[in-house]
Amino acid sequence: MRVFLILFSALLVNNYVFIRFLGICPFLGVSKKMDTAVGMGFAATFVLVMSSVITWFVNKLLIALGVQFLQIVTFILVIATFVQFVEFFLKKNSPGLYEALGIYLPLITTNCIILGVAILNAQANYSLLEAVFHALGAGIGFLLALVIFAGIRERLELYEMPKPFEGLPIALILASIISMAFMGFQGLIKM
Amino acid sequence: MSSLKEFTKGFFKENPTYVQVLGMCPTLAVTTNAINGLGMGLAATSVLALSNIAISSIRKSVPKNLRIPIFITLIATFVTILDLLMHAFIYDLWKTLGLFIPLIVVNCIIMGRAEAFASKNGIWASFLDGLGVGLGFTGSLVLLGSIRELLGNGTIFGIQLWGKAFNVFVMILPPGGYMTLGLLAALFAFVGLKRKQRGEQK
Repeated sequence: MRVFLILFSALLVNNYVFIRFLGICPFLGVSKKMDTAVGMGFAATFVLVMSSVITWFVNKLLIALGVQFLQIVTFILVIATFVQFVEFFLKKNSPGLYEALGIYLPLITTNCIILGVAILNAQANYSLLEAVFHALGAGIGFLLALVIFAGIRERLELYEMPKPFEGLPIALILASIISMAFMGFQGLIKM
Repeated sequence: MSSLKEFTKGFFKENPTYVQVLGMCPTLAVTTNAINGLGMGLAATSVLALSNIAISSIRKSVPKNLRIPIFITLIATFVTILDLLMHAFIYDLWKTLGLFIPLIVVNCIIMGRAEAFASKNGIWASFLDGLGVGLGFTGSLVLLGSIRELLGNGTIFGIQLWGKAFNVFVMILPPGGYMTLGLLAALFAFVGLKRKQRGEQK
């Protein structure tokens, strides 16, 4: 039961994009078209879940060795290496998927959700299963945010608006309104 | 003269937040008041200046296709040092900023400056560039934080300006962050457009 609470908490109540403000750069960058948004969302979810499993084991190793202060350095290196491996693997074994997700993979290394979730997992002392569900919730929440946002932005292209608001400013104001809607989930889950 | 230019370009012309739209996550998350904005900005500035110096001093001996992992390790080292120092000396601020201190590692401004400037220029110029862009980032965070704190809480840097009746609580919550940043970005775009028009008329 607790794992589902963690899942929905990360997915809706504390949505990483709208409430916790992580991963804003790719969120604003790739949400102009629906298919890129979906691609980025799935790629990020996959990397999130896998990297949180890996960093969970790495964290246990760091604690066992008593060198927790190396957490930031090791986490970012492990994540960067893992993303590189995924890229090689996809290129070799499934060119179709690589075509679809390949360009997003390098961007994901610097997506703060990945490192953020890894560090939060370590701070909250989650078990492996809890960490996986937390990452899954964060990933699907990111995908959800991207899809909602891309859907609205595609329509927004068709409307006229004051010149200074074109592009980023109107997108941010839009994000503010969606974020208000997500505030409505507050109090849905009591942890 | 040219070194002065390296220093000041980050303030307006290449302002990382409003013009280049980099480093959005800490910008939105920690600016619920002006002091947090200032703290986050200065933390990022110190990492930026130090990593720019370090990267610029090793730029000739770094192999081209290995440069990104090397840069990231360097930046992460500086961030770890900063994290431990802040934990030791300014515990309150460290606690409020929380997760966003380790996340300075993946702040695109720092990697961006390393890649675009420090790996190609001398140590002194890179230091000035890092300091300038960092201070520009700090300035935008303080501006954003002040507006949100004033509208949401009636204070700036903790100094009461008006009574509770005028407070709009939502400005401190996440939607207020997006809203303020959106309006400020529109203002910057508006000023940019006006300047361009005036340039064309002349």
